[in-house]
Amino acid sequence: MKVFFHALSPTLESLSAVSGSHPSSNSSRLAVETRRLTRVYKTRRETTTALHDVDLEVEQGELFGVLGPNGAGKTTLIKILVTLLLPTSGEAFVDSLDVVRDYKRLRNRIAMVSGGEQAGYGVLKVREQLWMFSQFYGMDSKAARRRIDELLDRLGLAEAGNKEITSLSSGMRQKMNLVRGLMTDPRVLFLDEPTVALDVGAARDVRSEVQRWMAEDPTRTVILTTHYMQEADELCDRVAIVNRGRIVAEGAPRTLKASVDEDVIVDLQLDPGTPLLDRLRAIEGVGAASVREEDGVDRFSLLLADDAVLPRVMTTVEGAGRRVSGLVRRQPTLEDAFVKLVGRSMTEEEAG
Amino acid sequence: MSAIQHAERSPLRIFLKTIVARAYPRVVAANRHKSWLFLDMALPMVGALAMVLVYQGLHAPRQYLGFVVMGGAMLAFWQNVLWTMGAQFSWDRGNGTLELMAVSPTSFEAVLLGMAGGAMIMTTVRAAFIILIGSLVFNVTYTAGGLLPAIGVFLLTLGALYGMGMLLASLFLFYSREAWHLGDALQEPVNFLSGLYFPVKALGIPAGTETLLVAAQVPIFALLAGVALRYLESRARKDGKLVTRWE
Ligand SMILES: Nc1ncnc2c1ncn2[C@@H]1O[C@H](COP(=O)(O)OP(=O)(O)OP(=O)(O)O)[C@@H](O)[C@H]1O
Ligand SMILES: [Mg+2]
Repeated sequence: MKVFFHALSPTLESLSAVSGSHPSSNSSRLAVETRRLTRVYKTRRETTTALHDVDLEVEQGELFGVLGPNGAGKTTLIKILVTLLLPTSGEAFVDSLDVVRDYKRLRNRIAMVSGGEQAGYGVLKVREQLWMFSQFYGMDSKAARRRIDELLDRLGLAEAGNKEITSLSSGMRQKMNLVRGLMTDPRVLFLDEPTVALDVGAARDVRSEVQRWMAEDPTRTVILTTHYMQEADELCDRVAIVNRGRIVAEGAPRTLKASVDEDVIVDLQLDPGTPLLDRLRAIEGVGAASVREEDGVDRFSLLLADDAVLPRVMTTVEGAGRRVSGLVRRQPTLEDAFVKLVGRSMTEEEAG
Repeated sequence: MSAIQHAERSPLRIFLKTIVARAYPRVVAANRHKSWLFLDMALPMVGALAMVLVYQGLHAPRQYLGFVVMGGAMLAFWQNVLWTMGAQFSWDRGNGTLELMAVSPTSFEAVLLGMAGGAMIMTTVRAAFIILIGSLVFNVTYTAGGLLPAIGVFLLTLGALYGMGMLLASLFLFYSREAWHLGDALQEPVNFLSGLYFPVKALGIPAGTETLLVAAQVPIFALLAGVALRYLESRARKDGKLVTRWE
């Protein structure tokens, strides 16, 4: 019986794909769906394709991460999904509503919080500012105040609630912004780099509040962009890795990391010296290599096909006259998956 | 489950609540800083004083002094419109507030009305003080018959000014700097009609026509602001420029 269904399901899927313009048949459970979503920016100087044929399906209840270097197209994707920007071509649905045609209705059901946000009015106190935004959603004033107090309390901002927003630290401010996103109880919450530039403690508070908020209602969905690999790994149910406007991989963090499971991952620490990256990449059996400078030493990450490649690496290092100050074998991270897929590290991609 | 209860709130409810909420920072919070109050009061007073001296120097008839004091009060309104209304959306865009308004189910029209309404309440209170103090200081007397139409014109001009303020706020988003010149150009007819430069009656325009002219500005500006904003919103979504933070 099971086998039978299995054999049948591709046929059903292809049928729904043929039926075309409506979100696919299981759309009631999809929080976000995009089809060949493309966005081109034209300025006087240049034309940039920020998103290229992006196909995404995010289910209700998922905490979905969009991970990629600067300029990958993360913010562009978010802006299209929250109706601030039109796609150049392709389609996008949020909570089964078309972001182009049904944008007015959709705005009742979503919220967006971006990292480093400075929105609002300096004369207002935290509670007043949050209340003001709640009114833009037509919330009942009393209910809004209650909800705001509850959320401020949970984020340790109960006292700061009576401060003017200009007196907040950046961590407090970002927590206030998060409260703004949560208080209207959106069906889908969009967080664009919500922990960027936050200290470790504040970032942890923001992450755990997002998780707690999701746990309250299993149909709530969060789409979060980040360029912190570890954040995506810890927080997200599923992750799409984007680079230069394209999704290069998608899946649970565990699955993505499994794609580099067969490789031997080695961190090699070298004292400064002649550039080595290209020579290391040229070695047979080196799947990918990246380097970053840290505390005056070069930290190379190498993906090796097997242990036998290591001696060849060491010969090259010695040949270049570089001194090894550390060598460890370690567990794969999402960063390794990125390097393997793209061939370069996120930092290299950002440098252009 | 909250998913099922998640009823959409009616657009009218959102519209009205937005007006009140957006007026709030203007009316309540702005009074928190008394120094602003002083500036808003002192500058128009100085303006009124300068004009009174000019009029006295010209040996203008005493009955025009009332207009001059009123003119000083209008100056306060004008500055408020130009600075706080016109530039407001540019500020709002600069710090991302405009973006958040756009993502919410509210409308820019409601935001503008709240902005204008809040500012009008604030400035009316201040203007009343200016007129009161100015009248006492310069010993202006009003006849009951002259005062009521004057207040009427005053309020109508106020409406016209803020209608224009809404329009300016939208236009500033399009043209940033160039809009300032447009603002200057638009200032003239309002100044003229509100009697800031000279009492219109001296020109022989009947008061009824004056009132009509001023009154006509209210719906015209409000309408134009609405058209500009709708265009603005659709362009913003297409270009990704007008609403987003750094152009
Ligand atoms: N309004 C715009 N006009 C022109 N080009 C733009 C505009 N916004 C973004 N771009 C370009 O589109 C590409 C994707 O930008 P986007 O902001 O979506 O990337 P991102 O992944 O969010 O990057 P970051 O990590 O820096 O926030 C970049 O090359 C960027 O320069
Ligand atoms: Mg971004």
